[in-house]
Amino acid sequence: MTTTLNATVATEAPTQKRSRGRWTGWAFVGPFMFVFSLVFLAPVLYAIYLSLFQDQMVGGTKFVGGANYVQAMTDPQFWDSVRRVAVFLVVQVPIMLGVALAVALAIDSNRLRFASFFRISIFLPYAVPAVVATLMWGFIYGPRFGLVGNLNELFGWAIPDPLSNHWILVAIGNIVTWEFIGYNMLIFYAALKTIPNELYEAASIDGAGAFSVIRNIKIPSIRGAIGIASIFSVIGSFQLFNEPNILKSLAPNAISSFFTPNMYAYNLSFAGQQFNYAAAIAMIMGVLTMIVAYIVQLSGSRKDS
Amino acid sequence: MKINHRLRRAVTVLTAGLLVGSLAACGGSSPDGNANAQGVGAEEIATALQTETTLTVWGWAPQLEPIVEAFEEKYPKVKVNLENVGTGNDHYTKVQNAIKAGSGAPDVAQIEYAALPQFALSDALVDLKDYGASNLEANYTASTWGSVNINDGIYALPQDSGPMAMFYRADVFEKHGIDVPETWDEYIAAGKKLHAADPKAYIANDIGDAGFTTSMIWQAGGQPYKIDGPTTVDINLQDEGSKAWTKNWNQLVEGKLLAPVASWSDEWYKGLSDGSIATLIIGAWMPANLESGATDGSGKWRVAPMPTYEAGKPVSAENGGGGDAVLKQSKNKAAAYGFLEFSNGPEGSKIHAANGGFPSTTADLENPEFLNAQSKYFGDQKINEILVQAAKDVVPGWSYLPFQTYANSIFNDTVGQSYGSNSDLNPGLIAWQDASVKYGNQQGFTVTAK
Repeated sequence: MTTTLNATVATEAPTQKRSRGRWTGWAFVGPFMFVFSLVFLAPVLYAIYLSLFQDQMVGGTKFVGGANYVQAMTDPQFWDSVRRVAVFLVVQVPIMLGVALAVALAIDSNRLRFASFFRISIFLPYAVPAVVATLMWGFIYGPRFGLVGNLNELFGWAIPDPLSNHWILVAIGNIVTWEFIGYNMLIFYAALKTIPNELYEAASIDGAGAFSVIRNIKIPSIRGAIGIASIFSVIGSFQLFNEPNILKSLAPNAISSFFTPNMYAYNLSFAGQQFNYAAAIAMIMGVLTMIVAYIVQLSGSRKDS
Repeated sequence: MKINHRLRRAVTVLTAGLLVGSLAACGGSSPDGNANAQGVGAEEIATALQTETTLTVWGWAPQLEPIVEAFEEKYPKVKVNLENVGTGNDHYTKVQNAIKAGSGAPDVAQIEYAALPQFALSDALVDLKDYGASNLEANYTASTWGSVNINDGIYALPQDSGPMAMFYRADVFEKHGIDVPETWDEYIAAGKKLHAADPKAYIANDIGDAGFTTSMIWQAGGQPYKIDGPTTVDINLQDEGSKAWTKNWNQLVEGKLLAPVASWSDEWYKGLSDGSIATLIIGAWMPANLESGATDGSGKWRVAPMPTYEAGKPVSAENGGGGDAVLKQSKNKAAAYGFLEFSNGPEGSKIHAANGGFPSTTADLENPEFLNAQSKYFGDQKINEILVQAAKDVVPGWSYLPFQTYANSIFNDTVGQSYGSNSDLNPGLIAWQDASVKYGNQQGFTVTAK
């Protein structure tokens, strides 16, 4: 009612009214925009600004335009690191989400004794800081003094060295899966809890079995949660840094300084003083991650419709 | 790992104090203030030290603290702010940032020999020749003096040094009937014999370490890095010395005779304690680390000269160590140089040695009390006699790259791959050379591969 009234009045003094209306809106989003521009826009803009320069030990700083981006596009080490996290994503994410989904369904099935105990104990690894978890796994993986070494010695097994060139990515995948199954399980479990009971009642009246309920009710209902968990996992894979960077001290030859894009950018800026080039790489990775996350989201929503 | 290594070295010091013994008795007149200068006169330096000034010193060596205390006692008008802004690379990053920013740098900074060219060639440090540092040459060992002498300038005064020697487990050698190797051929034979007798024991550990590799090439007579003018660098990691080293070390790498254990890791200390790592080829700062990190090895370790390529011709190299430099940004350069003359001169070096540092000053190295000190950990051996002799046997003429810290950070991407596959080290060295050449040229140097 008031809006229509305002609209008729507004024709008389359009500029003043409209501009005041515009500023009222800004006042509401102001606090958000302030924080958003401070912690998100400003760093991104600064990184873009940095990425347009080149700073040499001999010669100083000069504006180079897109040269850093051109260089990154043809940098074999950069693409090697991108390929590595892509392989990691394709293999590790489905395994992790699959196990997390199975666990969530099991806990939700009401057929489990001590369900809350399982829920908390599977979630617990997520509460362990990644640095501590990696150090711990590093000791387990030790082929001489670690658990792997002990098992090999005790039973005469020949478990291959998890910290060798061939197995290191699997070893890191194992750590990440261990860390994040609980987190994803909790997302799925929370979504499962929101499914209305009537659906189950209807299903049982129709005579549906447990697996039929899972297939036809539970999984379709939590598709949104699965989509969100997938996007988080995709972003997490592209940002892989802590685990390999800490294991590098134990396996310096298996984990190169360009093992993941983040490690590459880190080493370029802090060992090589190539802040500008590192900023360009960070920007490219940001765009790449957005594209992949968007594709994942698209494919998820297509199933919805 | 590199940072850890420096940290360990720094941590050592308290225990080593016992080993070195008190040097306070050694008197001698200090020539401070007598330095005859071309640019800035000794009088000006002396006046600066009697004027109200505040100096900022950045460094992480634990010996700096007692040195600063003694300095402030002698020159009460000069106040020294000693700040530890990080160890190794963290420290260099901060110094570099302050240099770039144009302000905020300290007056004096600790800089290791391997990192010194980077700062000297980027015109960040004062050439101490202008303050009469040329006259101090006789005070220091030839190799450390060579390390601070870059492009005909003197960019730091040496503080500590790390001439290499061979630390070995006498008990392990005795158990398997192995004689202490004097040449590299004997060393490799010992490695084979030891590993055959006990598959869990290795003559040494090495999974690829840039600092170790450059020191080993140094000892083999290689000079892979040649600096010709402020921005021109030649790299040749296939020169005679480099190849002599790979020919030698390849036998251990390809024969899987090296323990695949990272230095400074827990496994490493375990190996040093239980004797499964039987020798260490490392700098003279190591004893205190052994005492604190491998307590079970007490009484079992001994020191011998580093094995050589030719029998009866002792040769060594430097491994680690560094000095202190005056930054161009400093507004009190004369006073800062006065501090250097104290901290890295006779007075400071005495305090440094008494606090567990391995000195670079000839007076301290030749001090009978230092030479004759017996170490319980080393079965009452007079280890300093051997370590000091090693300092005299260092091959002269070595220089590091002006971007050595970055080159070292990518060592395991290149040479490490040869280690990882137990194959010839030469392709790894060539890959390292290529990557270093590429980086140097990107940074505006003129780098050529020979």
